[in-house]
Amino acid sequence: MKSFLTGVLAALTLTTATAGMAPAKQFDDGLAPHYYSALKGKKVVFLPLAMSFDLPQVWAQGMETQAERLGYELSIRDPNWSSDAGAQALTTLISEKPDLMVVHNPDMQVYARLLARAQKAGIKVIQINLKSVATTDAYVGVNWYEVGEHQARMAISACSPEAGGSGKIAIMQGTPTNPNNAITMSAIEDVLADHPEIEVVSSQSADWDATKAHSVASTVIKQNPDLCAYVGLWEVMDAGVAAAIREADKVDAIKLFTNGGGQKPACDSLANGAFTGYVSYDAFGQARDLTNAIAQVMQSDLKPGEAPYALYTPIRDLTKDTMRDDSCWTMDDVAKAPF
Amino acid sequence: MTEIGTTKATKPVWPRLGLTQETIVLFIAIAFFAVFGVTLPGFLASDNLLSLLQNVSVLGILGVAMGIVVIGRGIDLAMVATMAMSTAWTISLMNAGTGALTAVGLGLGFAAVIGIVMGILIAYVEIPAIFATLAMSTVIYGFGRLALVDLDVIYVPEDAAWLRAISGTIGGVPLPVIWFGLVALLAYAFLRFTRRGRYIFAMGDNYEAARITGIPVRPMTVVQYLLSSVIAYGAGIITASLLATVNIRVAQSTMVYDVILVVVLGGIGLSGGKGGVRNVIVGTVLIGILLNGMTIMDLSFTLQNLVKGAVLLVAIIVDSLVNPRDEQTAQQGDI
Repeated sequence: MKSFLTGVLAALTLTTATAGMAPAKQFDDGLAPHYYSALKGKKVVFLPLAMSFDLPQVWAQGMETQAERLGYELSIRDPNWSSDAGAQALTTLISEKPDLMVVHNPDMQVYARLLARAQKAGIKVIQINLKSVATTDAYVGVNWYEVGEHQARMAISACSPEAGGSGKIAIMQGTPTNPNNAITMSAIEDVLADHPEIEVVSSQSADWDATKAHSVASTVIKQNPDLCAYVGLWEVMDAGVAAAIREADKVDAIKLFTNGGGQKPACDSLANGAFTGYVSYDAFGQARDLTNAIAQVMQSDLKPGEAPYALYTPIRDLTKDTMRDDSCWTMDDVAKAPF
Repeated sequence: MTEIGTTKATKPVWPRLGLTQETIVLFIAIAFFAVFGVTLPGFLASDNLLSLLQNVSVLGILGVAMGIVVIGRGIDLAMVATMAMSTAWTISLMNAGTGALTAVGLGLGFAAVIGIVMGILIAYVEIPAIFATLAMSTVIYGFGRLALVDLDVIYVPEDAAWLRAISGTIGGVPLPVIWFGLVALLAYAFLRFTRRGRYIFAMGDNYEAARITGIPVRPMTVVQYLLSSVIAYGAGIITASLLATVNIRVAQSTMVYDVILVVVLGGIGLSGGKGGVRNVIVGTVLIGILLNGMTIMDLSFTLQNLVKGAVLLVAIIVDSLVNPRDEQTAQQGDI
């Protein structure tokens, strides 16, 4: 009897101590115990570009939910767009030795050597949404080349003279030296090379700034009265292009194709006609990919960087007609989702 | 009093041509205008010229605000941060369901408080303007991110029709151009015809002398920064209306240097006491012509930056040849 009571008490204590964390006992199906112990009490650090925009907020929300479920400790180092601050944070982290780092690269070079050093120091590294030249345990994110291909194809099918278009398109770039800009542009150029009937009348950079994009687009639209479409490389900047098109009263004549993470304002813009086509890389889905990659990398007993793999985000093309109620997500959806 | 604000170099090395930097820049602008007009098809179309002006209207409005501060021998490096954070707060309040009037009132109040704080730091605590406003811009951004808005990009609510109307058109003329004209006109009247406007020139020309003369230099300094912050808020609202979004990352961009470029290019010396609204307009129009022409020519981003920089250098070189600085014209506090 006494031993039974002690058992109940012990069980109660355990339950309270581990409430909200990994279950204390597992049915041993051969994998479950290892799955939970691989993550419990581990230290995971997230180094985003900045925490002030939708993508890192979604990923972080996913990781927080997972951390609570599996009992690992998540901390976020926010360099707020400064790659210097990011590199410093990385250097400090290498000596702090967390178990896993999730790194969002500002470009392909700047963290490369530090990431290699971290792996050598025994820290596992997952890169997200932009891969550095250094290959690490996992890459989760979009293949920017694919995004460019999709956007170019959308513009071609809307504007080729066969489809009744004028064949004239314009491109709004972000910062030319930015890798996702460069990769997306090379895809667009490659696709257009096979379509001589499409003429690019303007290819300007707006430095990811909607104000500059608005200035450039308003000039280009007046200069090319028969412009058929604008291809923009980021939805936030392309709000400026949309504004210029609306101002010129050409919402029906000039189509706008852009890309982004698929948050609610994107679907609103499709619904009200500001965007014609949208290549979504679904940041919500990326959060699930990321949390799965964390579980996978942590369960593996290999040395950091021994068996790298990639999870390229499946992207989808959205238009007003193909869009459904659940095509875009809100932060509230993400917060309530299981990870 | 009439001499204040019209200080000129007395002994040019080169023959005196009566050229001020303003006239030089005006000539450069006319030259570019003529060349683009002849070579670029569609440049002279009235549609294009209006959009040329519209595209630099916000820059021009900020330039007028910066001009007022610089004439009084100050500088406001926090202007863009003030603009971004106060507007972003207004829009995010509106998104959260606050009434339009309250949201605008709070945003405007926030901008005004920033202006007053900066003015007090500069006038009473006597921190040099360049450091006080530089530090304030970081404080404003940090505070805004911490307490007011948590996203870089804030979308204007769909139902805010009045906000969209701010950047509409009247009789074919884009409203932002009219706002720029209005701000420029009011600033001109303030600087030329009011006693306080003349005080600003006196302070910029010789701060100590102005003080001894009995001009309330400290309160006037506060007024300058108050004005620049409030005007910056207006420029922010126009931008938000135009783009239907606010992006607070401009607070950390190099936009404030574009504003200074417009002011300096037009011929308002950073040493203060010189120039007026006309200079800002000339500088703004030159930048507008350049940007518009280069966009039509589809020049690359890097080349555009190079051209902008080169034009500024040329204007400054010509100015220093025609109006050289010497012991008489140099002032303490020249940057």
